Amino acid sequence: MEWETVIGLEVHAQLQTTSKIFSGAATRYGSEPNTQACAVDLALPGVLPVMNREAARMAVKFGLAIGARINQRSVFARKNYFYPDLPKGYQISQFELPVVGLGQLTIEVNGEEKVIGITRAHLEEDAGKSLHEDFHGMSGIDLNRAGTPLLEIVSEPDMRSPEEAVAYLKKLHELVRYLEICDGNMQEGSFRCDANVSVRPKGQKEFGTRAELKNINSFRFVEKAINYEIERQIDVIEGGGKVVQETRLYDSAKDVTRSMRSKEEANDYRYFPDPDLPPLVLDDAFVEETRATLPELPDAKRERFQKEYELSHYDAGVLTATREMADFFESVVKHAGGGAKVAANWVMGDFSAFLNKDGVEIANAPINAEMLAGLIKRLQDNTISGKIAKEVFEAMWAGEGDADTVIEKRGLKQITDSGAIETVIDQILADNPDQVQQYRDGKEKVFGFFVGQAMKATQGKANPAQLNELLKEKLKG
Amino acid sequence: MYRKTVAELASALATKAVSSTELTQLYLDRISAHQELNAFITVDADNALAAAKVADTRLAKGDAGALTGVPMAHKDIFCTDGVLTTCGSRMLSEFVSPYNATVVEKLHDAGMVMLGKTNMDEFAMGSSNETSFFGPVKNPWDTTLVPGGSSGGSAAAVAARLTPMATGTDTGGSIRQPAALCGITGLKPSYGRVSRFGMIAFASSLDQAGPMTQTAEDAALLLNAMAGFDSRDSTSAQEEVPDFSSQLGHDIKGLKIGLPKEFFGEGLSADVDKAIQAALDEYKKLGAEVVEVSLPNSSLAIPCYYVLAPAEASSNLSRYDGVRYGYRASEYTDLVEMYERTRAEGFGAEVKRRIMIGTYALSAGYYDAYYLKAQQLRRLIAEDFKRAFEQCDVIMGPTAPSTAFALGDKSEDPVAMYLNDIYTISVNLAGLPGMSVPAGFDGNGRPIGLQLIGQYFDEARLLQLAHQYQQVTDWHQQLPEEVA
Amino acid sequence: MIICPTFTEAVRSNAMSISVDEVKKIAHLARLGLDEQEAQGYADSLSQILGLIEQMNAVDTTGVSPMAHPLDMHLRLREDAPTESDQREKFQKVAPSTEAGLYLVPRVIE
Repeated sequence: MEWETVIGLEVHAQLQTTSKIFSGAATRYGSEPNTQACAVDLALPGVLPVMNREAARMAVKFGLAIGARINQRSVFARKNYFYPDLPKGYQISQFELPVVGLGQLTIEVNGEEKVIGITRAHLEEDAGKSLHEDFHGMSGIDLNRAGTPLLEIVSEPDMRSPEEAVAYLKKLHELVRYLEICDGNMQEGSFRCDANVSVRPKGQKEFGTRAELKNINSFRFVEKAINYEIERQIDVIEGGGKVVQETRLYDSAKDVTRSMRSKEEANDYRYFPDPDLPPLVLDDAFVEETRATLPELPDAKRERFQKEYELSHYDAGVLTATREMADFFESVVKHAGGGAKVAANWVMGDFSAFLNKDGVEIANAPINAEMLAGLIKRLQDNTISGKIAKEVFEAMWAGEGDADTVIEKRGLKQITDSGAIETVIDQILADNPDQVQQYRDGKEKVFGFFVGQAMKATQGKANPAQLNELLKEKLKG
Repeated sequence: MYRKTVAELASALATKAVSSTELTQLYLDRISAHQELNAFITVDADNALAAAKVADTRLAKGDAGALTGVPMAHKDIFCTDGVLTTCGSRMLSEFVSPYNATVVEKLHDAGMVMLGKTNMDEFAMGSSNETSFFGPVKNPWDTTLVPGGSSGGSAAAVAARLTPMATGTDTGGSIRQPAALCGITGLKPSYGRVSRFGMIAFASSLDQAGPMTQTAEDAALLLNAMAGFDSRDSTSAQEEVPDFSSQLGHDIKGLKIGLPKEFFGEGLSADVDKAIQAALDEYKKLGAEVVEVSLPNSSLAIPCYYVLAPAEASSNLSRYDGVRYGYRASEYTDLVEMYERTRAEGFGAEVKRRIMIGTYALSAGYYDAYYLKAQQLRRLIAEDFKRAFEQCDVIMGPTAPSTAFALGDKSEDPVAMYLNDIYTISVNLAGLPGMSVPAGFDGNGRPIGLQLIGQYFDEARLLQLAHQYQQVTDWHQQLPEEVA
Repeated sequence: MIICPTFTEAVRSNAMSISVDEVKKIAHLARLGLDEQEAQGYADSLSQILGLIEQMNAVDTTGVSPMAHPLDMHLRLREDAPTESDQREKFQKVAPSTEAGLYLVPRVIE
């Protein structure tokens, strides 16, 4: 039988506010345990939540970016369950009335576009962490993360393959970083994903029973976990069994998903409106002010890059993958006064390679946009050749100064004086009479040999175009 | 001296007729002489005397406020930094709060001297003070009787003049009903008037703190110090706070008093009815006009309340899990057992009962029939008041259907107990201000309370009406013989 | 108005019943340990209280908008700035069990 996979994703994006959603504690990652858990986060008797404006603004920003309806009246509800990392015994979340309603995101898989619906996005608070290292058979609870604002983004079950799921997730990841509402750090858990996966015979309308996969915190694991789960479900059904609706944990070490038995009890979360928090009402002014802070979004930027800089669809995609990269590229072009294609090649090529090699962010790179533009200018005005440019780039990266300083200091200025080039050529031709004869006998491949010799003699500084021209002339005899 | 009101003590302090240290010692002595009332859970003599000393310095320097140096007591529901805060529960029987409630901070900043923390029904759930882990409070008028609840310790302490005033909280009548049963003045302000920050939550959309005093004049003075917007409470009203004392002396000629006919039916004891009628006659003499109004849905206030309050409480009390503070069971084999034993041993029967009702009402399949239905009824009840206030300036009636009952009488019968709050609960559901003032005694010498209900944020009007009544009556000045 | 004792009697006569098993289920949801005898006791008193609550059905509330807050207020938003400092030592003084700054609980199994 042919099977079809149905996937919906729930993404928890930690909003990058400086304080928590309902308390004034800081949200910094990696602090000493429980040093960022204030009275409110600890749910001391008598404490009360007060909402962070920035969290609301970021949620609206996201909603506007996916073309969603903004619910100008939304309600915080309590989701009740007991767990040691949940200090109040309930999580403040949004249930019936989320702040962001239906929206969408367009993904591209194998060159084809597909629209994925986003059912809703709602604000809620994160829980703390249980550490399972051995404390005499006990677990340790760190509540620093408790109360960090989360935006839970729930997709429609619109994806039909693990590739689509990954494309959607990457697109979402790119978007929240563009919007500067989430740092997207999956290792630190700032961007987490759960996947609802089911299979059904191709052509069947009804959905199959789904399993919820948890703990898939990298793009690679999303694909692997879903693939494993699809096979598992098909095996179950084809073996005459039934898929059970349950929560399964992805174990990346073994590349399997396994049932979370402890969550087996049917949860009854007893949602009800939080009496400590009146409805969140956002007026038109709030929404419009937020709209005004929206940056150019990835899709729009990509399109503009293709048009404005005459870049390929692919190049425009690479350059707009992050806002930092796109801004850097545009800044280089601006400083260089043109040369977009050359700039694109440098940014995507050596510059990106060096960033990766050294593991640094654009903001901390030793070469800034103005410096790279300086290099490109010297390439374009023929001061240096492409080959020399690489040497200059490396020297700039190593901290030897801007392009002009390096060129000057290292004496890399291209030789464009025809007299000087001719002198070099004459010497080479005189030293290699055999090769000259071969060339003149029609063996044109030897031409490269002369170019190499000339470059060697000028330490690569001879202007390549001029060299070619003069060489051809002289060889004619 | 102990018979004096807060206003009188403040002026005695100002004129140096007495020092705060002397006053504080006087009340500490009275507290220890009347321990049989069990009105206090914690007496904080050392800190009180230290605070009195500071107050005396301020008084001497002349930089004292209206309340500087006046002793007081807090219901043990308010978090007090460094002082035991139990909420009447075993769960918090050893909990020393690491922070102050806003109300505690405000009265401290006003220079008041805290004598200690008063006994109360566990987590404010009760109408007789019998659910306290620390044992029941006795009514100073007759120690075989309950003082009412849940602010029973505060009411008994003020009635016995173990403190000139005390704070209370009122979720369904917990200030007004014990005030009535102990013969003192109690004010529950409008929801949002006094900050709930640091006040241990029972039912968040109903809870409100207020003063429990001898007179309306004192209640006004105390409300001046307690009220006000608090940025730490998202339900705190950004409403202007008037000087509640300024309107006290105004006459009440022409004011319209609404009598809800539903408050005077079957179930109201004859003595209470008689006392209320007599009080209304006084008001007429003072120039007020009495009109009949109707609150047709008020009979549903109790069922509605016993869905909403337990629902909120079931969630509010989930934080008591033995992890970060409070009681933890000593024996357990795993996490779930740790939770279940901690909560089974840490909470008393009534609290557990209400947690279960609330859990049930919110659980899948019952939410619409119970919780949602109750919220709709709440709207109808609030609208009844709105309509009634189109015809009158204030609503009056009995605070409780009967006077104080004997200890143990209703403690095994939750439903009978719940009916004590039949006249007070609808006020919390609507969020209106309500007050109870002493209005006489029944045939057995048990105090009777007159309830006044006002428009939103119209506490000044209630205080004016109560004060005018207290100018022509002396019920509020009477003291139980035992403690006189 | 219907008030005690007639009211109480009326309530008791048509009391909703809640079973011991239901009580156990609710108690577990609320993490309240109960023994058999207690469960029976709560089944009785909860049934009585539910009987009282059922009185709500006397009124038709179709179309009435639920009232969650007594005041028709909106959520106030605070500025995004950390205002709290580390008070771990003070807060953990009242904790039943801590180690290395962590709250200790029986092992959490996933």
